[in-house]
Amino acid sequence: MTTTPTRPRATPSTPPTAGRTDERQWVGRGVDRRDGPAKVHGDALYTADRPFPGLTHGWMVHAPHARARIVAIDTAAARAHPGVVDVVTHDNAPRMAPPPSASLLDLSSLASRSRVEYLNTDQVHYDGQPVAVVVAESLETARYAASLVRVDYEVLPATTDFRAARDTATRAKQTPAAPTVSGTKGDAVASLDASPVVVELGLTTPAHHHSAMEPHVTTAHWDGDRLTVWDPTQGIDWCRKHLARRFGVDVRQVRVLAPVIGGGFGGKGSVWAGTLLTVLAARHVERPVRMALSREAVTRTVGARTPTMQRVALGADRDGRLRSVVHEAVVRSSTVGGGSEQVVAVSTALYATPALRVGTEVVELDMLPNTFMRAPGDATGSFGLESAMDQLAHDVSLDPVELRLRNDTDRTPLHGRRFSHRRVPDLMELGSREFGWAERGPGGRRDGDRLVGHGMALAYHPALTFEAHVVLRATAAGRVVLRTSAQDMGMGIATVLAQVVADELAVPLDRVGVEYGDSDQPIAPPAGGSTQTASLTAATVRAAERLRSRVQRLGPSAAGSVLDAVRAHGQDVEVVVGHDEGLRARAGTLRWIAETLWGQRRWQRAAWGAHFCEVAVDADTGEVRVTRWVGAFDIGAVLNAKTAASQLRGGIVMGLGLALTEESVTDARTGRLVGPDLTHYHVPSHADVPEIGIHLLGDPDPTAPRGVVGAGEVGITGVGAAVANAVFDATGRRLTHLPLTPDRVLGLAPEA
Amino acid sequence: MRPFDYARPADVDEALSLVGDTPGARFLGGGTNLVDLLRRGVETADLLVDVSRLPLDEIEEAADGGLRVGAGVRNSDLAHHPLVRRRYPVLSRALLSGASGQLRAMATVGGNLHQRTRCPYFTDLDAPCNKRDRGAGCAARHGASRGLAVLGTSERCAATHPSDLAVALVALDARIELASRDGVREVSADGFHVLPGETPDIETVARRDELVTAVVLPSPPPGRGDYRKVRDRASYAFALVSVAAVLDVVDGDVASVRLGLGGVGTVPWRAHRAEAHLTGSPLSDERVAEAVALELADARTTPDNAFKVELARRTAVATLRRLATPSDSTAGAIA
Repeated sequence: MTTTPTRPRATPSTPPTAGRTDERQWVGRGVDRRDGPAKVHGDALYTADRPFPGLTHGWMVHAPHARARIVAIDTAAARAHPGVVDVVTHDNAPRMAPPPSASLLDLSSLASRSRVEYLNTDQVHYDGQPVAVVVAESLETARYAASLVRVDYEVLPATTDFRAARDTATRAKQTPAAPTVSGTKGDAVASLDASPVVVELGLTTPAHHHSAMEPHVTTAHWDGDRLTVWDPTQGIDWCRKHLARRFGVDVRQVRVLAPVIGGGFGGKGSVWAGTLLTVLAARHVERPVRMALSREAVTRTVGARTPTMQRVALGADRDGRLRSVVHEAVVRSSTVGGGSEQVVAVSTALYATPALRVGTEVVELDMLPNTFMRAPGDATGSFGLESAMDQLAHDVSLDPVELRLRNDTDRTPLHGRRFSHRRVPDLMELGSREFGWAERGPGGRRDGDRLVGHGMALAYHPALTFEAHVVLRATAAGRVVLRTSAQDMGMGIATVLAQVVADELAVPLDRVGVEYGDSDQPIAPPAGGSTQTASLTAATVRAAERLRSRVQRLGPSAAGSVLDAVRAHGQDVEVVVGHDEGLRARAGTLRWIAETLWGQRRWQRAAWGAHFCEVAVDADTGEVRVTRWVGAFDIGAVLNAKTAASQLRGGIVMGLGLALTEESVTDARTGRLVGPDLTHYHVPSHADVPEIGIHLLGDPDPTAPRGVVGAGEVGITGVGAAVANAVFDATGRRLTHLPLTPDRVLGLAPEA
Repeated sequence: MRPFDYARPADVDEALSLVGDTPGARFLGGGTNLVDLLRRGVETADLLVDVSRLPLDEIEEAADGGLRVGAGVRNSDLAHHPLVRRRYPVLSRALLSGASGQLRAMATVGGNLHQRTRCPYFTDLDAPCNKRDRGAGCAARHGASRGLAVLGTSERCAATHPSDLAVALVALDARIELASRDGVREVSADGFHVLPGETPDIETVARRDELVTAVVLPSPPPGRGDYRKVRDRASYAFALVSVAAVLDVVDGDVASVRLGLGGVGTVPWRAHRAEAHLTGSPLSDERVAEAVALELADARTTPDNAFKVELARRTAVATLRRLATPSDSTAGAIA
């Protein structure tokens, strides 16, 4: 087993992974992020910081009703305010084409999670829907003038209470190539009834907001029919195509730039109202417009992670071997978009069972559509399954690790597909050893006023790759430049791709440039679903192969290194992987679909992990503090020990929020968020986060290009359960409603 | 935000004149709360009179062993002042449990006493709120009510007072010095904030043209003090329940006890009834539980915030237990 020990708050660079051959000297190392110094020094220009000549500023007016019809909008007072350029409403806004329907042949059709035709309709479909945009010479003027806009509504009946509307839920249908939302094997209910040991839990998780440090912001500039948009999107290409379609211009006339992104977590993965309306307003006022959203505007116009209601039932023999797994979930979606989530998918991946039944129901409300947030479904579903497994371990008097060993599987329990790579026992062994799991002692030990407990849970996230295009150029001046429209939200993609190029071409790392964050570059997939690194690594490796072979054909000068050869050649050499346009682009998409479907039939590829943690629960007040954390992960090959550990550690921190503090509250009467700000929505503070040890197997996935699987999402999965399991160990209370705030820990909260 | 004028007076008298002469004028301290509320349109001002640079930033020792704290002293400076740490650990701890390091470095003592509730409906301009708009109604009581107060509430309002500092001040019998063109007066910290009653928009006895110029701390009460704050995350969150306590046990009996409660009241809550029940008797968990039960006998709860009654009891029991345990060297000291 190869491990890459990484320390919390990592040292500048961690040693290279063992087993490396000499010519591959950069991949695997903990190379510092290229964008690090600029961000630390404050030199990085985020979208809202970027100077722009002639700029105006937009501010949205939000509807305060979940369903309504706009009767009239009085903008006179706002327009009369000094500094106001114009007020855009459905009375005067340019028309947009409606959003397209989803198609696998054009993934950019998935760019919008909402079907609302903003400012092109008098209908209000959710509380917070923008109904006007004020454009002014300054941000504060626009903001104040927005308060002067008077809107008369005819208020319509609305359904906004998730629990009350539970009975209106419809079953989510399973579609091919989509994440698992339903499936059966055997007769799970009969097997459950026949099992000697049965665990059954009803659980809930609340809605979550991504809460990226950088709120959403867009700058849009029209020059005739040419549109330039600065927007920290996670999906440059999808955003560009979506805007072209909505505004009826050729896609080649739209340029989207996202050179610096202050976090996304899925919240910037789709095109939401703020982006569209900035472009719309710029078209209307014929000047550049920037709309920097307040935290309130972000939470009222950008979807959140759905709340869930879950039921998990496990049937087992007295020795802990599973006979039946039942996992059912209810999620909250919208009448105008959003969709189901793979809450139950984790139960079709982790444990061997002869009988299995998973299903998902969707409640559609008059609310903002739900959307992807870090490990959609798996982050919340793993809380359900892994809490139930912990309870089962307790009920059959087995160590939670031993229970999981007994139920380990090398095939997916639902379809019997082989896993491309699964070393869960090794992960548990590594994590146990690093944590000192065997030496943890009995739960409930008292330390002063605090009760100490330990918990563990597995982590899982399925892996996919998308088609990615790159251009690789070796210059006669002695540099190599990789160009792709990839998005770097802060995870370090540019750094990692430079490492890959350096090794593939055997050139020094400081000779490699990576240009990204601009739709003028070749098309890259969105940064989402833990797919970007694997997808771009595959494309980059192919580009390097082509470049090497081109260089070899240069003739006598091809003898030395790639750079020497190109220098001797006297002219730049450039290769292209992928076609952005035309028939060959369509062929590439079809090839990707075929490869994906074919691959999915043969194997299931995934990232894995095992969390181990210690908590101290204040016996008087019910406050939970996580005091120790060790995560062992298998993310395939590790390209950069530092950025990989950082992704995983960040996922765990976000998971601590899910476990302990984060809860987006909606007033069920109105469908309006209560406290749409960071005062009321508690992301973890530094004091909530202990030292987090990250340990990596570093074992390449044999089916993935260069063995890369993806690290962005697996870290958050299982964290909620690991904490709740530790609290159970400390207090004897099985807590099934997140987050674990003091009132819930003390059993004083009204049951959900 | 709505346009306003800004003035930076040279001295206190000029500040008082500016606000006294200008309807719609407001004093501006550190701005950590007021500026947010102005941006959101929850508060309005025609003129902001910036008092944060006036010479109100002294901490002076009084002849009786107490302290006179200028209203412009920043929260972090007060918390770290050696005399405060030594003599009023409950105050230092209360300050350090509030907000974040950055906010404490900006926020002033005077501004802290005037900060507004964090009831989420108060800042939602589309929700009715009697505190924002007298007579409009209250969206909170039958809404998301987990954070609401359980003591000192009225039909009109149950918004929780958010200050940690003020809870320590009421426990310490502090006095608030108010200045206006008409002169200077002192009121007790316990009487500074007023119950919502029929007029939740009125939160203190200070008139609009009165400036908090100082907080006067009498000599510290005997015994050991602590501030215990229970909240939804380890730092940077408002209290679910907090307890400010100073306890003096002599020969096994409670000689004196000061108890303030935060997170539960519409005002910083001095637990007089609980103190009376404890004084003169041996301290025990049961006795403290009885005392807190007496104090909270009039609590009005919703299903969502009913936990505060039990949590207040538990937190008070734990806090006084620690203060009464001589071997526990951490209580009363600043970490």
